[in-house]
Amino acid sequence: MTTVTLKYYAQLREQAGGSSEKVVTSATSLRELYDELRHRHGFTLPADALKVAVDDRFSDWSHVLCEGDTIVFIPPVAGG
Amino acid sequence: MIRFSLADQAIDVAAWRKPLLHPAAGGFCCFEGWVRNHNEGRQVDGLEYEAYESLAIIEGERILREAADRYGVLAAHGVHRTGSLAIGDIAVWIGVASAHRDEAFRACRYIIDEIKHRLPIWKKEHYVTGEAAWVACSHTGSAHEDEPPHAHHGHAHR
Repeated sequence: MTTVTLKYYAQLREQAGGSSEKVVTSATSLRELYDELRHRHGFTLPADALKVAVDDRFSDWSHVLCEGDTIVFIPPVAGG
Repeated sequence: MIRFSLADQAIDVAAWRKPLLHPAAGGFCCFEGWVRNHNEGRQVDGLEYEAYESLAIIEGERILREAADRYGVLAAHGVHRTGSLAIGDIAVWIGVASAHRDEAFRACRYIIDEIKHRLPIWKKEHYVTGEAAWVACSHTGSAHEDEPPHAHHGHAHR
């Protein structure tokens, strides 16, 4: 099991009902983790619509979860 | 030479312009993005921007540095609002100073296009009907005039 911190923004924050949480997970990849959280919180966005950041860096979905990672799933952006 | 910030209060344009005054500059180009009162057929009465602040600043600085490197400008600064905005408010301000006008125009255009596609900032539109919705720009890349499509991103989030 791995303990990671999730931070949520925009529609994911609203659907998760909060801006961050610590999660103890058996997921080993970001995609498994997102699937788990999507099931738990009812996220409507598919993983394919998201980017992901680990410890304030954009990450590949192939990243293997490490104890203490801070993970942000990034919904489609709309700056400007 | 580059400076990127997020602001939770109104952007002071004069204060942002001033540090770009440079004795070697012959041109200054600025872009302001404003909150307009309609989008995709709906009447908008205000916006909220929410940012993933630490990464937005890193990515904003990265975009400015790319523009400075590509176009050889003297300075490129930018600021993006967070929080609640009303119609007519400045959502984003970009200023570029360079020896000649052409690179200032090009760099300014590059920066705003990249900000729209890459900065982790989200916009919630409030409509006159009382409804509100998160608006997606897109995750697809933008092509620039002097390069093949999709050639300019060195990192993994396309």
